[in-house]
Amino acid sequence: MFVAWRDLRFAKGRFALMGTVIMMITVLVGLLSGLTAGLGRENTSAITGLPADHLAFSADGRGISFTDSRIDRGTWTKWARVPGVTSARPLGIAMTKAQAGSATAALSAFGVQRGSGLGPASGDLGKGTVIMSTKAADALKVKAGDALTLNGHKVTVAAVRGAAMYSHTPVVWTSLDDWQRLGASPEDGEQATVVALSTTSAADLPAADRTLNTRTVSSGDAVRAIGSFTAENGSLQLMRGFLFAISALVIGAFFTVWTIQRSGDVAVLKALGASTGYLLRDALGQALILLVLGTGTGALIAACLGAAVSGGAIPFVLDAGTVLVPMAVMIALGALGAALSVRRITSVDPLTALGSAR
Amino acid sequence: MTSTGLDLTGITLTYPDGAGRLTALDGVGLAVPAGTITAVVGPSGSGKSSLLAVAATLITPDSGRVVIAGTDTHGLSRGDLTALRRTTIGIVFQQPNLLPSLTAAEQLQVMAHLDGRSPARARARALETLDAVGLADQAHRRPHQLSGGQRQRVTIARALMNDPAVLLVDEPTSALDHDRGAAVLDLIATLTRQKATATVLVTHDRALLTTVDTITEVRDGRLTTPARRSEG
Repeated sequence: MFVAWRDLRFAKGRFALMGTVIMMITVLVGLLSGLTAGLGRENTSAITGLPADHLAFSADGRGISFTDSRIDRGTWTKWARVPGVTSARPLGIAMTKAQAGSATAALSAFGVQRGSGLGPASGDLGKGTVIMSTKAADALKVKAGDALTLNGHKVTVAAVRGAAMYSHTPVVWTSLDDWQRLGASPEDGEQATVVALSTTSAADLPAADRTLNTRTVSSGDAVRAIGSFTAENGSLQLMRGFLFAISALVIGAFFTVWTIQRSGDVAVLKALGASTGYLLRDALGQALILLVLGTGTGALIAACLGAAVSGGAIPFVLDAGTVLVPMAVMIALGALGAALSVRRITSVDPLTALGSAR
Repeated sequence: MTSTGLDLTGITLTYPDGAGRLTALDGVGLAVPAGTITAVVGPSGSGKSSLLAVAATLITPDSGRVVIAGTDTHGLSRGDLTALRRTTIGIVFQQPNLLPSLTAAEQLQVMAHLDGRSPARARARALETLDAVGLADQAHRRPHQLSGGQRQRVTIARALMNDPAVLLVDEPTSALDHDRGAAVLDLIATLTRQKATATVLVTHDRALLTTVDTITEVRDGRLTTPARRSEG
């Protein structure tokens, strides 16, 4: 690193420019990562927060979907008897319109059996009572004991608990009976959307699926059944991927030009007895210093901006996954781009140092 | 009796030239004892630079032996040759070829760094070597802050930093006026005697060769019989 450090100081304008580009891309990636995670949380937190390891959907041959899935009482009763399944609890999910006084809000109604433990304080649920998530209560300006209507049905707030969100709408927890009345036709019989399963390793889920005509996935994979999440998350991840690729290409291009510019120096050093390994370590060390400083500054700025906006109207998650992971990926991809560029050092002929005028 | 620092025997070197090959060196032999300077003169394209490149182990001849301070380079790996250049051979390029980001002292320190020596001792040694070429007060200056003659002196100091047994000097006065060129050659002669290096000086300017021990001419890839300067 003897020459690398001094090159960094000597050509500080060029390296500062490149470091600024890396920093700005890191800020962009950091903000996009935080926003992606924040939007994802607003889409899925009610599902990922369920105390269940698997969800069983109705099998209709079209893939899993919370919108299309319908499970009847017989199915969840049979799921409860499957060996290795410790609990099988029905969960109804529907979009609904709520009104309290002059305030209205679109909510996701999650219907659960009283005492099932699927929702917060589900033991408090009874006929005509609901548990509101904080955002739902804030949107309708209600508190425990207040009345509101869900799709025209009058209910009373039993408690305000949690911050569950589903498909960008706050969640209201109702009893399964009340949930049936919100949308399903009486002739449909007693229904739910999915069955929330708690299982042990002894459970043969594929076999049970075949028998009960269901399709079971893990709670984590079940977020794919939220249509808006798949489309939204896919677009944002594509943007992130492009930013990572762009940063690797930009860094690679910079170090390609830089290596070509200093190929005369490299030839002299080789002629003086520098090994190719020494020169590669020097060049890669230089790239790593630039990457760490650029991405570190960018991640710090992204974290500060994220801290300023998180908790407000913008859904933003600020944690190691949205700050440090993108930074690490930027460094890894940037180092790869730099490595591909500086490998041309191996082909510099020290003979060119003789008689070369620089 | 002086030991031979550089010994080239029967060196033949050819380059691809269209369908055939061009002979750059044709059975060349050259022995340079330690503490002496041999000047190699000749017109452009005569093979002077090829001879220097072979002596610097930068190019492997088609045939012949290259012995540097007692080490036969035949069969040495690329890594071994690199180490030999680092520890045993000093090269003064035609142009100063200094690294623009390094100060004069650091141009020398990098040689010690390549050799894995301690930075503190390298710094002291670099200042001492710069002092030997009269540049102790310019140690902190970068190449663009030095004159042409000063840059060439730094190059000479850099070549001597690792106490080489062989010093190869390629047209060191080509970018200097007569007085500065003469001063640089005087310096090389003084240091050759002080450090007991076997010095090969390639030049086209015979007028400056007042300080060398032996002059040999290369023409069409062949050397004339070396002559003592006093005899020539």
